[in-house]
Amino acid sequence: MSPQELAEAIIPATADTRRRPPVWRFLKGHPQAAIGAAILIVFALIAILGPWIAPYGPREQVGPIFGTPSNPHPLGLDDAGIDILSLLIHGARITLIVGFTGALVAVLVGGTIGIISGYFGGRLDNLLMRVTDYFLVLPDLVLLIVVASIWGRSLRNIIIIIGLVYWTFMARLIRSQVKVVRERAYVKRAQALGASHLRIILRHVLPQVLPLILAQTVLMVALAIFLETAISFLGLGDPNAPSWGRMIENGFDRSAISYGAWWAIVPPGLAVAIVIMAFNMLGTAAEDALNPRLKVSHLLRRHFRMRPLPDKDAAR
Amino acid sequence: MSALAVEDLHVWFDLPGGRELHAVQGIDLALEPGERLGLVGESGCGKTTAILAMMGLLPPSASVAGRVLLAGGDILAGGDRTMRPHRWTDIAMVFQGAMNAFDPVRTVGDQIAEPLERAGLAAGRAARTRTAELLELVGISGERQDRYPHEFSGGMRQRAAIAMALACEPKVLLADEPTTALDVMVQAQILELLVRLTDELGLAMVLVTHDLPLVSQACTHAAVMYAGRIAETGTTRELHHAPLHPYTRMLFEATPDLRGTDAVRSIPGAPPRLDEPTVGCPFQPRCDRAFGPCATTRPPRRTTEPGHLTHCHLEGGA
Repeated sequence: MSPQELAEAIIPATADTRRRPPVWRFLKGHPQAAIGAAILIVFALIAILGPWIAPYGPREQVGPIFGTPSNPHPLGLDDAGIDILSLLIHGARITLIVGFTGALVAVLVGGTIGIISGYFGGRLDNLLMRVTDYFLVLPDLVLLIVVASIWGRSLRNIIIIIGLVYWTFMARLIRSQVKVVRERAYVKRAQALGASHLRIILRHVLPQVLPLILAQTVLMVALAIFLETAISFLGLGDPNAPSWGRMIENGFDRSAISYGAWWAIVPPGLAVAIVIMAFNMLGTAAEDALNPRLKVSHLLRRHFRMRPLPDKDAAR
Repeated sequence: MSALAVEDLHVWFDLPGGRELHAVQGIDLALEPGERLGLVGESGCGKTTAILAMMGLLPPSASVAGRVLLAGGDILAGGDRTMRPHRWTDIAMVFQGAMNAFDPVRTVGDQIAEPLERAGLAAGRAARTRTAELLELVGISGERQDRYPHEFSGGMRQRAAIAMALACEPKVLLADEPTTALDVMVQAQILELLVRLTDELGLAMVLVTHDLPLVSQACTHAAVMYAGRIAETGTTRELHHAPLHPYTRMLFEATPDLRGTDAVRSIPGAPPRLDEPTVGCPFQPRCDRAFGPCATTRPPRRTTEPGHLTHCHLEGGA
């Protein structure tokens, strides 16, 4: 009898829910993740299909300045008579692209530095971590104002700035996790077998930290969108890209508030809030599912339950 | 009155999909002060779960039924609430892999003194004195209390864990494989220490282990568990020389003997699944003396001499 057959004889296959795809089980066990994912899918579709579903173009004057919300323009018009709903739809694409690529830059840079620093340790670790410390103590907002005004206002620069601000968190987090994994016996075993550093990192270390990276990436996108909105609101966004942050800045700048034109500011603000919330819901749930040790039972306030003794006859 | 009595203890664990695993299926145990009970059985038979239930340390996914009596009073009845006042002061535990149970960033003495302070038995200077006494009791110099766990050897950490369990002078000590992962010499020392402590302090001890010779050596009584139930319990001598349950006999036959001439015989097969109800005797598929009723009827509880119990259909012994 082969070990495989033996195992099958001892543990008969069970025909229950175990065969369902893991994503399905994850969403079922974490309703907030399902809600977050649903919201994000809607916004992603809007971003992808934007130019086709938007009723008007992003620069098309279709009515009076600060026209009130009414039938053909459900969210009203802005200071140039541009339809707010159309702007919102076009802005979704820019905001999401900046969010994803900004987070990607942060994760790639931070992840690489974290893995190298944690894996090799010693002097290299020290050097990289002091550089990280340097970036960590710089105030984010001041850094990005300075960089944006030196490099100029463009989407590419905003993405780079977001990467510049957030890679440090990622590097710190990954480094500490890599340090834990590096000390495990199977990494030592791989070293003893003569595996190269690259192989150990790719085969043994990376798979262990990947769940952490994934969950953090989702949370990072939310941060990136927030930062993009903040940069744009401060007037340092790309003047040619109508992101949601730019819409808020524009409304604010052209005194929408004194006109009483709340519809120029509230919709993009709400959109940012909803998307960030959705990313957070998904991210925290993913963290929960990918890193179950975060909720160790002995740290819970709940305890085991008492129940009556089973019926003697039924038990036998 | 028994120092520790367990009556009809059941433990279930929730499984995904609303199913349950009946890990401990109604066990009874009784210990007098000074008695040492060896709880043996193969991996997954419920030994550790049973003693964790006696300490009330099961996770939230567990549900428990039955009684755990300390000097006559049921401490399990109210769940964690009634368990808490007795934990560590009346019933203490040496955990599995206890040598790794210390916090690496606090001194050993600090961690031994913690239960003393929590129970309000000693604090400050008095706690230090008592910690030193406890360490001396297990054969470690009291001056070492300011050392960190990594400065101790494996055997010393195991002793320190025992000292920690004894801090509040409990009446009952539960030891979960206290000698695994230690070399044979240190194992023998730890065992000797536990025997000496139970004799001197009148402790009742439950020793969980896979190691049958260790039970014969150190325990007055033994209980053999199989698939969440007690197969047989009695004095160590009775179980060794006149086993009533074939599983007990086969376990002894599977143990190498220094002077014996018989070949070591292993027990074929594997234990049954515990997430489905068992019909008849759970050991029946592996038993070499199974007959008619074994497959259909759960074996009754039978006793030959006082304190020697078994759950088996065989009447003339195994």
